[in-house]
Amino acid sequence: MNKKGEVFSGEDIIKSIALMHDRGNGLGGGFAAYGIYPELKDYYAFHLFYDDTKAREDTEHFLNRNFNVEIAEQIPTRKVPAIEKPPLVWRYFVKPKPEKILQSDVGANDFVVKCVMEINSSIRGAYVFSSGKNMGAFKGVGYPEDIGEFYRLEEYKGYIWMAHGRFPTNTPGWWGGAHPFTLLDWAVVHNGEISSYDANRRYLEMFGYECTLQTDTEVITYIFDFLLRKQGLPLDVAVTAVASPFWTQIDRLDPEKRELVKTIRCVYSSLLVNGPFSIIVGSSSGMMALNDRIKLRPLTAATKGDFLYVASEESAIREICPDPERVWSPKGGEPVIGWLETSEAKNAELENITFQMENRAFVF
Amino acid sequence: MPNFLIERDRDRCIDCQVCVRQCANEVHKYDEEEGRVFSDEMECVGCHRCVVMCPTRALTIRRFPLDYRQNANWTPDYINAIYKQAETGGILLTGMGNDRPYPVYWDHMLINASQVTNPSIDPLREPMELKTFIGRKPERLKIENGKLAEKIPPQLELEVPVMFSAMSFGSISLNAIKSLARAAEQEGTFYNTGEGGLHKDLYRYGKNTIVQVASGRFGVHPDYLRAGAAIEIKIGQGAKPGIGGHLPGEKVGLQVSQTRMIPEGTDAISPAPHHDIYSIEDLRQLIYSLKEATNYEKPVFVKIAAVHNVAAIASGIARAGADAIVIDGYRGGTGAAPLRTRDNVGIPIEFALAAVDTRLRQEGIRNQVSLIIAGSIRNSADVVKAVALGADAVYIGTAALIALGCHVCQKCYTGKCNWGIATQDPKLVKRLNPEIGARRAANLLRAWKHEIKEMLGGMGINAIDSLRGNRLMLRGIGLTDRELKILGIKAAGE
Repeated sequence: MNKKGEVFSGEDIIKSIALMHDRGNGLGGGFAAYGIYPELKDYYAFHLFYDDTKAREDTEHFLNRNFNVEIAEQIPTRKVPAIEKPPLVWRYFVKPKPEKILQSDVGANDFVVKCVMEINSSIRGAYVFSSGKNMGAFKGVGYPEDIGEFYRLEEYKGYIWMAHGRFPTNTPGWWGGAHPFTLLDWAVVHNGEISSYDANRRYLEMFGYECTLQTDTEVITYIFDFLLRKQGLPLDVAVTAVASPFWTQIDRLDPEKRELVKTIRCVYSSLLVNGPFSIIVGSSSGMMALNDRIKLRPLTAATKGDFLYVASEESAIREICPDPERVWSPKGGEPVIGWLETSEAKNAELENITFQMENRAFVF
Repeated sequence: MPNFLIERDRDRCIDCQVCVRQCANEVHKYDEEEGRVFSDEMECVGCHRCVVMCPTRALTIRRFPLDYRQNANWTPDYINAIYKQAETGGILLTGMGNDRPYPVYWDHMLINASQVTNPSIDPLREPMELKTFIGRKPERLKIENGKLAEKIPPQLELEVPVMFSAMSFGSISLNAIKSLARAAEQEGTFYNTGEGGLHKDLYRYGKNTIVQVASGRFGVHPDYLRAGAAIEIKIGQGAKPGIGGHLPGEKVGLQVSQTRMIPEGTDAISPAPHHDIYSIEDLRQLIYSLKEATNYEKPVFVKIAAVHNVAAIASGIARAGADAIVIDGYRGGTGAAPLRTRDNVGIPIEFALAAVDTRLRQEGIRNQVSLIIAGSIRNSADVVKAVALGADAVYIGTAALIALGCHVCQKCYTGKCNWGIATQDPKLVKRLNPEIGARRAANLLRAWKHEIKEMLGGMGINAIDSLRGNRLMLRGIGLTDRELKILGIKAAGE
């Protein structure tokens, strides 16, 4: 990520993730990039997979009913020998119809979320895999470097790039199941497997989220959307809920902080994420990397100038930044936060963060 | 015909008369002329007190071998019941929980464990958290300038998601209650007064006490309400849904009478309904009256029995403002209940829990209210399964009494409990030393804590919060599709 918001091409991220080839098995690779659609930054960019033409027709019918569609096009791809049987990959730049937002009695973002859930759960063979503004996810079944080539990512320029290579275990390797998982402009890549999945999922279902993509990472995306956007909580609170300090640590805090952290754990106990995870959460305001609280998965961070890097392996960082200024492995539950300097969210967020637990976060 | 056969090994018996003194049912007698102890098994209830106390291991008690002619339909239980009712014309009474051989659904559920990709966690090396909060949660947390802008409603903080069920002073002895109160204090959990009021000796355990308000309102006064950490309104009980309570006058001695605020020697009859609750609106009024009376500082629970329509009822209770809903299944214990009611009314707690949790989630209100279940939680695996199905915590009654020494002879209603638990007879009460009782009950909780942590670790989970409602951690075995659907779990192998 470049904190000044300067954009750069996807070549570096492909190089970096390719180095970690052996961490995946070719059954999933993907990228998220922010700042790639500057001319259309006011439109929601819907990226969709279709199993067949009927799914596309049904979805386009749905989109036309609910949105003003500015552009509908196939996402440019190239033939890559290693990528077999890709689905139809389309994108749409859309704005919700004002009357539909009025009818649904929710804001534009909530309306978009509702539509994403509806397409994913009701239209057979159609999956929205990206729905944010001025950003996009690009993923599929294959090694990440092949997926990057398939989507011609060297032609895009973004200020945050995320990548993932998958080694699926519990669920099938399918196009919708590759990382990142996205909703609005949140994108999550995840190394691990969460054992709290069903507790998290069943909690979120009460608030209209539907987990349809057969992968535990999906739920992490929705948790952050729920806590940060729907509940309007500061990032610290979300991190405290997701990877909370242990009770023994909480007991040592000063009384005011103790009550606050205890209350967060009490109210959002169902959103604690358990099991091994290293995650990177992208958003238009910046990015955040976080480990589970007992650090069952690796995570390394580094900085150089205006750049912040995070990866499962230090080598992946050094591949594209051989001489970083600082390299470290964050503790379990200790977030690495990179804000865009230009971000309005950063200012709003920093005003709200005053309870930050000492030495519990690195803010770039 | 007797139920039990008592065999006395004459080579071992030293006629010391311990058994004579121990048996409140006067089964063992001493023949002064012959200088020998002998037994009349007609009154034996199979409580094992004599067997355990016999210094020479001279006694053996077995089921009486001479049974009626084999008949799968007219079993001895049913034949004996008819004889008894033909003699007396009365309702058959019984104690403890339903002992019919209905399926135990806990035993048809298996727990998950992780392998390889999601490592299991060793609770001996890593922190493992069982802390649980019972109480109403707000829809969202209000935080301004990094500080809590609004306090959340009062919560009970449990170090283990297991509490001691409501058992009144009257149905059990003061020493039994003291044992549970001390154990609750030691292990960071709660015991429940039942509808018996709060004896003056128990006020010191107030922060670990849940005080109950039942239909009879026995012992309910402002100090009582303020003394506990939470208040429970009892509408129903798993052992006897739709039935009130009855403590016979013989059990109402001076202390029970003072605690319950009724005359000594009178029957304490709790009506089947609360006479001020005939609708959900009335229940809401009582909930808020109790909150008002205690300055909104204490969570108010509502306890109901598991019955057919329990999900809809629970939804109403949540909307009526209860901080926690307690559901008691058909195997729940009791001091006294009509036998036919105990054995035939209500539904299994496993189904009730699954149905209520599902319904509250469908209605988007499960996060607001806590869910506690009771009704024959027998071990730590039952607790784990209950939490995975959706419970925040469980109550244990029978298991707690067994920890104190109960041998489940099911004669609690007679008041002649030889173990000093379900009795008010001063001689029998003394048999339970509250310090020893507290240690045993606390040991049980501690043992279960260890076991729950082991099972959580096996699932790759280090906080019980992540197990709550995590039904993917369960698999059904030997269940029909319909049963799996109601329980909301997959079959083993899926």
